[in-house]
Amino acid sequence: MSRTLDDLENQSIYILREAFHKFERLAMLWSIGKDSTVLLWLARKAFFGHVPFPLVHVDTTYKIPSMIEYRDQLVRDWKLELIVGRNEEVLASGRTFPQGRATRVECCGTLKKDALKQVLDKHQFTGVIVGVRRDEEPTRAKERYFSPRDAHMEWNVTDQPPELWNQFKTDFPPGSHIRIHPLLHWTELDIWEYIGRENIPVIPLYFANEQGQRYRSLGCAMCTAPIQSRARTVRDIIEELRQTKTPERAGRAQDQESEDAFEKLRRDGYM
Amino acid sequence: MNSSDQLRIVIVGHVDHGKSTLVGRLFADTGSLPEGRLEQLQASARRRGMPFEWASLTDALQSERDQNVTIDTTQIWFATRKRRYVIIDAPGHEEFIKNMVTGAAQAEAALLLIDAHEGIQENSRRHGYLLHLLGIRQLVVVVNKMDLEGHAQARFDQIQTEYQRFLQSLGLQAQRFIPISAREGDNIARRSSAMPWYGGPTVLDCLDQFQAGAPLVDKPLRFPIQDVYRFDKRRILAGRIESGTLKVGDKLLFTPSNKVSTVKSIERWNAPARPDATAGESIGITLDRQIFVERGQIASLEPSPPYELTRFNARVFWMGRQPLRLGAQYKLKLATQELDCEVEHIQRVIDASTLEEASRTGAGGESVTVSASEPTPGSSPTPHPKSHSQSDAASPPASLVRRHEVGELTLRTKTPLAFDVAEDLPATGRFVLVDGYDVAGGGVVIADSYPRRTSDPAHKSANIFWNEGKVTSAQREARNGHPGCVVWLTGLSGSGKSTIAAELERALFNRGQHAYVLDGDNVRHGLCSDLGFSPKDRKENIRRLGEVARLFADAGTISITAFISPYRSDRDLARSIAPEGRFVEVYLNAPLEVCEQRDPKGLYAKARAGEIKEFTGISAPYEAPLRPELVLHTHQFTVEECVAQILEKLREMHVERELARLAEHPSGPTTP
Repeated sequence: MSRTLDDLENQSIYILREAFHKFERLAMLWSIGKDSTVLLWLARKAFFGHVPFPLVHVDTTYKIPSMIEYRDQLVRDWKLELIVGRNEEVLASGRTFPQGRATRVECCGTLKKDALKQVLDKHQFTGVIVGVRRDEEPTRAKERYFSPRDAHMEWNVTDQPPELWNQFKTDFPPGSHIRIHPLLHWTELDIWEYIGRENIPVIPLYFANEQGQRYRSLGCAMCTAPIQSRARTVRDIIEELRQTKTPERAGRAQDQESEDAFEKLRRDGYM
Repeated sequence: MNSSDQLRIVIVGHVDHGKSTLVGRLFADTGSLPEGRLEQLQASARRRGMPFEWASLTDALQSERDQNVTIDTTQIWFATRKRRYVIIDAPGHEEFIKNMVTGAAQAEAALLLIDAHEGIQENSRRHGYLLHLLGIRQLVVVVNKMDLEGHAQARFDQIQTEYQRFLQSLGLQAQRFIPISAREGDNIARRSSAMPWYGGPTVLDCLDQFQAGAPLVDKPLRFPIQDVYRFDKRRILAGRIESGTLKVGDKLLFTPSNKVSTVKSIERWNAPARPDATAGESIGITLDRQIFVERGQIASLEPSPPYELTRFNARVFWMGRQPLRLGAQYKLKLATQELDCEVEHIQRVIDASTLEEASRTGAGGESVTVSASEPTPGSSPTPHPKSHSQSDAASPPASLVRRHEVGELTLRTKTPLAFDVAEDLPATGRFVLVDGYDVAGGGVVIADSYPRRTSDPAHKSANIFWNEGKVTSAQREARNGHPGCVVWLTGLSGSGKSTIAAELERALFNRGQHAYVLDGDNVRHGLCSDLGFSPKDRKENIRRLGEVARLFADAGTISITAFISPYRSDRDLARSIAPEGRFVEVYLNAPLEVCEQRDPKGLYAKARAGEIKEFTGISAPYEAPLRPELVLHTHQFTVEECVAQILEKLREMHVERELARLAEHPSGPTTP
């Protein structure tokens, strides 16, 4: 058994338990992707088979359809409490990408970021567990485990709190909330090794299909491109990742719109 | 490469000394850059009309690239043939020190960069000191930009000598100094042909030589309780083992409650069942006997429990917007405990970049003004009188610690705190202080002669028991007409301890009470004849006397001790040994000048002449009691008046009824 996976797991469990102790109004974001599903698995580890807080799925309605089927299956199997958040107003008005002449980044802003804010406001969550990782993307590399967002959900990235020795920021003014990032120290490769070790069910879109394509990162259908791959098993994916030099989110179009597109989204409250 | 082996390394140093460039270089030279990333960054530099900088690899924020300065710490992964590394890039700008500390606190080893051209700068030293404070002991110093100095060995040697001297003053040693040029790639992955005079390892070689931090399996068990869950009809105590090993059947001691229970099961989910768990594991346990346990308590094994006290000394690095103030209250978070604490005393304020005591002669005047004009809430009117009598005259004691300074403090908590000394057990020896909503200080508990208290004598060891005889203390008390107790006289030499002790003994004896004086000088003839006057020997001297006084008290006697006992912690130890509520600390408070004038044994004269070393009040400190049962200003009262006050105190306390009755109907032997 790998020492690193154990270390990673122990640290994530510790963080999840801190979050659960500190926040009465706590939720976990679940994007149905591999990372937040590993996070969900870790929550069951931390709480001995239970998930003692609701999951929030921010549904843009443009997700790949099999993602929703897989989501509802796990909700039943694992007896999860699921809250689905949608920006109904924008969806009704049709101001989305590409038909509604919204740019990709604007579309992410309304359908994901604003929809998230609506859910947080409605349920008055003060702690939100999110499965971002440092190696995904350079601004996430600068994140804290416990990362404050102000009342407008903004991330003050140039003045982040110190974080020493697993003592996290758990005191914050009313109106703001804390994002909790228990997977921050994991890499994409770690995630797959752990999925393999624990035999975690992940959505089949990650595995190569008959056409020799698979998704490495999942998002909305029109902004997410599959990669050429012959990896049909977890073991194949691990092998493929050891060789590749292509970044994980290369298939996520909204990141590539401009140099700081993603940083701007995140400063405004994106995951 | 073995993926199970991973090391976390922080790169620190003064601003613009080339940290981010070194990171970029390490990535490029080990082939760790993602495809197209280099081209992307180069294109971006062209668009901005700026020369390409390796730093843009980690300076992900727009504001970082705009200003060409690293603002926040970042972490990226790369691998050598030996293992995987997490590289933590820390900002070098003074303004972003809290981000540097955040990065460094997670590292197992450090690379510290010094610019060969600029030489050692403020943050070169400050970062070195902070690494030391954070407990990082593996350090390689990299002298960068050697190309700007013509690759000259003389310049490298000069910086090495100077920085080594600085590290030595911290008690630190760098594993190695390496001359490099991060921009050119000299001595990073490859040996440089430009510096043939350097025959040592490259930066990559050094990384591979660092040791991965081993979990503290062989240390005493510390299992801080994180939470208590009720799942599936079981009561599970959840937490992470910070050190040691825990097994089913272990008899756990919970501090501070001092309750004991046995481990019934170790709980994990979707993991192979094992009857034990070791340091680093996040687990749950159930107990065979339900006792009240809550978050914050630390489970340990006898005979090595954590300290459990309300007062300890610490070194604190301050990052708060507002200075740390004497007397102010902060929230203290140590392991999973959270409690309010007060800054009781500031011993020293250190400038982390010079290691000098922050000058408080000019600044001190200012700090005194500040504290005088706005008294801080909770500041106790109790001064810290005599313990710093020597320094008091020279300069006022520090009353605040500013941002980026390090303070050596005494902190006092409202309720007992379970802790260890950071050097021994880091996870339960370090803490943060929270000011308002913000984590404002990081601290380590420093070693001191803290009294150690165990749960109760029966649990101290499996093989040592306190034998209860057939005569109980209640029976002794009934026969004697009073309970035993300890009257502990403390004060400077010449403050009147022996005189008052002798008079008090006679007064009690005349009232038919059982009393006996343990005299400081007398015990040094026999019981403590092997001890000198060093702090360590003084401590042991007091410990023995405390034990003897306790035995006398247990036997039903009012034991009166007359020792200088200058250290607070020693007296606290004696108090903790004595039967609960049967310790009367009497502080004989006479000014040093009066004591020196009295000088009954001619000792002050000898101390002044330098013939006696470590003489309390002259060349060794006296720490005045903070909450004694009684203070006697012996220069203002006669011996009889002093004795009367002690008798009054005893009456007020636990022997009141008996003394009062005896005073009315004296029946014992009378004065001859």
